[in-house]
Amino acid sequence: MLMRRNPQLNAHGELIHLLSIEGLPRAVLTQILDTAGTFLSVNDRDVKKVPLLRGKSVFNLFFENSTRTRTTFEIAAKRLSADVINLDIARSSTAKGESLLDTIANLSAMHADMFIVRHAESGAPYLIAQHVAPHVHVINAGDGRHAHPTQGLLDVYTIRHYKRDFTQLTVAIVGDIVHSRVARSDIHALTTLGVPEIRAVGPKTLVPGDLAGMGVRVCHDMAEGIRGADVIIMLRLQNERMSGAMLPSAGEFFKSYGLTPEKLALAKSDAIVMHPGPINRGVEIDSAVADGAHSVILPQVTFGIAVRMAVMSTIAGNQA
Amino acid sequence: MKILIHGGRIVCPATGRDEVADIAVASGRIVAIGKGVDFTPDRVLNATGLVVAPGLVDLAARLREPGQEHEGMLESELAAAAAGGVTSLVCPPDTDPVLDEPGLVEMLKFRARKLSRCRVFPLGALTRRLEGAALTEMAQLTEAGCVGFSQADAAITDTLVLQRALQYAATFGYTVWLRPNDGWLGQGVAAQGAVATRLGLSGVPVVAETVALATLFELVRVTGARVHLCRLSSAAGVAMLRTAKAVGLPVTADVSINSLHLTDVDIGYFNPDMRLVPPLRQGADRDALRAALADGSIDALVSDHDPVANDAKQLPFGEAEPGATGLELLLSLSLRWAQDSGLPLATALARITHDPVRVLGDALGSLASSAGRVVEGGVADLCLFDPAAEWAVAPERLASQGKHTPFAFASTGMALPGRVRATLVAGTVAYEAA
Amino acid sequence: MLELDAESLYAQLCQGVRALLADGTRPDAALVGIWSGGAWLAERLQRDLGLPGGDKGCGVISSTLHRDDFGSRGLVIQDGKGTDPTQLPFAIEGRHIVLVDDVLHTGRTIRAVVNELFDFGRPASVTLAVLVDRGGRELPIAAAFAAARLALPAGQRLRLARADDGRFSFTVKGDE
Repeated sequence: MLMRRNPQLNAHGELIHLLSIEGLPRAVLTQILDTAGTFLSVNDRDVKKVPLLRGKSVFNLFFENSTRTRTTFEIAAKRLSADVINLDIARSSTAKGESLLDTIANLSAMHADMFIVRHAESGAPYLIAQHVAPHVHVINAGDGRHAHPTQGLLDVYTIRHYKRDFTQLTVAIVGDIVHSRVARSDIHALTTLGVPEIRAVGPKTLVPGDLAGMGVRVCHDMAEGIRGADVIIMLRLQNERMSGAMLPSAGEFFKSYGLTPEKLALAKSDAIVMHPGPINRGVEIDSAVADGAHSVILPQVTFGIAVRMAVMSTIAGNQA
Repeated sequence: MKILIHGGRIVCPATGRDEVADIAVASGRIVAIGKGVDFTPDRVLNATGLVVAPGLVDLAARLREPGQEHEGMLESELAAAAAGGVTSLVCPPDTDPVLDEPGLVEMLKFRARKLSRCRVFPLGALTRRLEGAALTEMAQLTEAGCVGFSQADAAITDTLVLQRALQYAATFGYTVWLRPNDGWLGQGVAAQGAVATRLGLSGVPVVAETVALATLFELVRVTGARVHLCRLSSAAGVAMLRTAKAVGLPVTADVSINSLHLTDVDIGYFNPDMRLVPPLRQGADRDALRAALADGSIDALVSDHDPVANDAKQLPFGEAEPGATGLELLLSLSLRWAQDSGLPLATALARITHDPVRVLGDALGSLASSAGRVVEGGVADLCLFDPAAEWAVAPERLASQGKHTPFAFASTGMALPGRVRATLVAGTVAYEAA
Repeated sequence: MLELDAESLYAQLCQGVRALLADGTRPDAALVGIWSGGAWLAERLQRDLGLPGGDKGCGVISSTLHRDDFGSRGLVIQDGKGTDPTQLPFAIEGRHIVLVDDVLHTGRTIRAVVNELFDFGRPASVTLAVLVDRGGRELPIAAAFAAARLALPAGQRLRLARADDGRFSFTVKGDE
């Protein structure tokens, strides 16, 4: 079968859509991280706006609710001077039976320049990217279980901020990995940036063996998974995605896989604790840890705005 | 009309015939085969350089009628069959309404007969509305023309009902056509494995097939029912099939052109044309299916044709309707498989002519003795094709209304071997290439 | 072949900036060098003119975020080390600013840099001092002091280089 060119890159290898971290060259990732550093400084200025996306219309298309992610994209777009339109799809024409592609076509007719899309189905942003006009860019804000590339980028930005050298790190990702688009994006980013040891930690029902194909070590024992880790990424236990008997209870999960101070002590003494949010206190993470000295959960949010500004400005400047 | 098919290479796997000779056709039958037959035809079909094979018998093709009459589905899909050299096809009962009433079956057969393009042999629903609860009137459905009974893709989860259905069918010697897929384990949009995990698609594990096969084989053993297994997809399933046949269970099986040629890697960037049931599995599974089709453990190759509409396909992968067009690709994909596997032409043809007829058995009635073979006195259902020609699959030029196929040249970059030049059904030219 | 002696032009720039700072119209003015060539110049001017803060007392400003060629060239982050090239160690509000750059050409970089400057506050005044004014202005922008004024063919790029020992030199390149 013919392998099509990665739809995210133009013929010059420049990023025109951000759909997944998988398949992006290391240089592209590094450039976005470096650019994010610039925007982080911008966000400390009194005037936090730069005119890079002035005159552009950014449409937030969230087929799946998320006030947090949508808000950070909106802030990022506005700081780039873009016009932002938020579309609450659940209550709009799609609910009346309009197909995804018809929705996109209608919005494109309103001169949308960029779509930020969150959808419950893996792969939906690819379908959209295939059908938009050449000058329109698509950013995936999360598709099903497949990818959440801006989260992956801000996670590695956070790790770079605190740890500097990726090639010496042990990173543990803990929790509901099989349903997690964040985990998949993190794994792709970490492997591309050269992290030598990535552990996927959780029970067999949530951490399938064929994850090893993505370049991780599967650990079903929490202690073994956490031991000596430099970075621990805790994932939210996704109740709404679980169907049919994957876990007996949140309580039992916390007992085996929740991050408590005792378990954290098994990691390196300067380990950082991350979480994509929102956190479930007492389910995957103990309050003492979430609020403790190792936690960088709040800085992640700050970095997230800068990373999204970097992604949008990088993409907007490249032609299809 | 009296037709002379002149100078073609007749390849008939059933009789072992492989020779250049003429065929005289009259009154819907083959009246003579030989070199220089004494016959005054109304028309001569020049078959020089072509293979003359029995008309193809496709054990799985969806016509979407009843249900989409207003779109002229029967007309277009039977035209597609004829363009693909298919002279007899079996269609599953998952129509709208479901084929669980004799009247619906009669109407379908009647409409198909009037079109004179391809013989249609419907499968009746095994349970009412395919709901897996109450049995259908199998005897009456058979009288109306059903050649067997099927659940299409709706698994029966109640094992007691399944056993009773098999027992009842066994009473009359009806064949039950079932896709081995456990109702609960079998939910998912792609095959479980590294690709599905990477793409974040819900996976169907192999055990969905093997658990269902284990249940079916046990029930066949105790009921004696004849079962035809539809669309095997895994190496493990193939292994179980071989064991079942070895101990003499009355089972047959088929595989689709899709599973025979493609794997989960072909999903690529969530290509909805790869959204298929059963889902595409891994390379080792494909290899096992090919080997089983080669040695006859799997009896037949089917197109699994389904003319899915554009609107239903251009959706995110998990929401896209599964299925692909296939009637016009069956011959070429059988030839390609045989070429890839180093098998003779006769084998490629056997799996789409003689062997499917064998699977249908008595259900074909009087046709059983001549369908799927080229014999004097038999029905003139013939497929004339150019084995040396290659063609690039261009969906918009297919006769079928289903334009979605994983084998489009734009996707594969590969031309397919074998081009149908003419198809005869009951001695009438049902299709002729321009 | 053009011969420009960057060091001798720098000496003249130094005199010119000294004069601008001393003429009484911009008390307590601060130097801001435009990245990268202007920043090198401003650093050395800080030392050679004995300005407060030494060679780290001047500001560095980048045009990246306000360039007008974003649509065609895309985003070009010049520093590439993950930090913000614009570093202003003093408040802009109410301050007299002397911008320093190596080459003044179309004037678009100056326009972008002034916009960037105004993001930080409202300066009392902005004055421009450059090493070379090569003409070809596309905007109404002028340097209060230029050590050299000359014309160059449009396709040629003039670049300041700084050796390890701090000595300046010019390189002339044809367009890519």
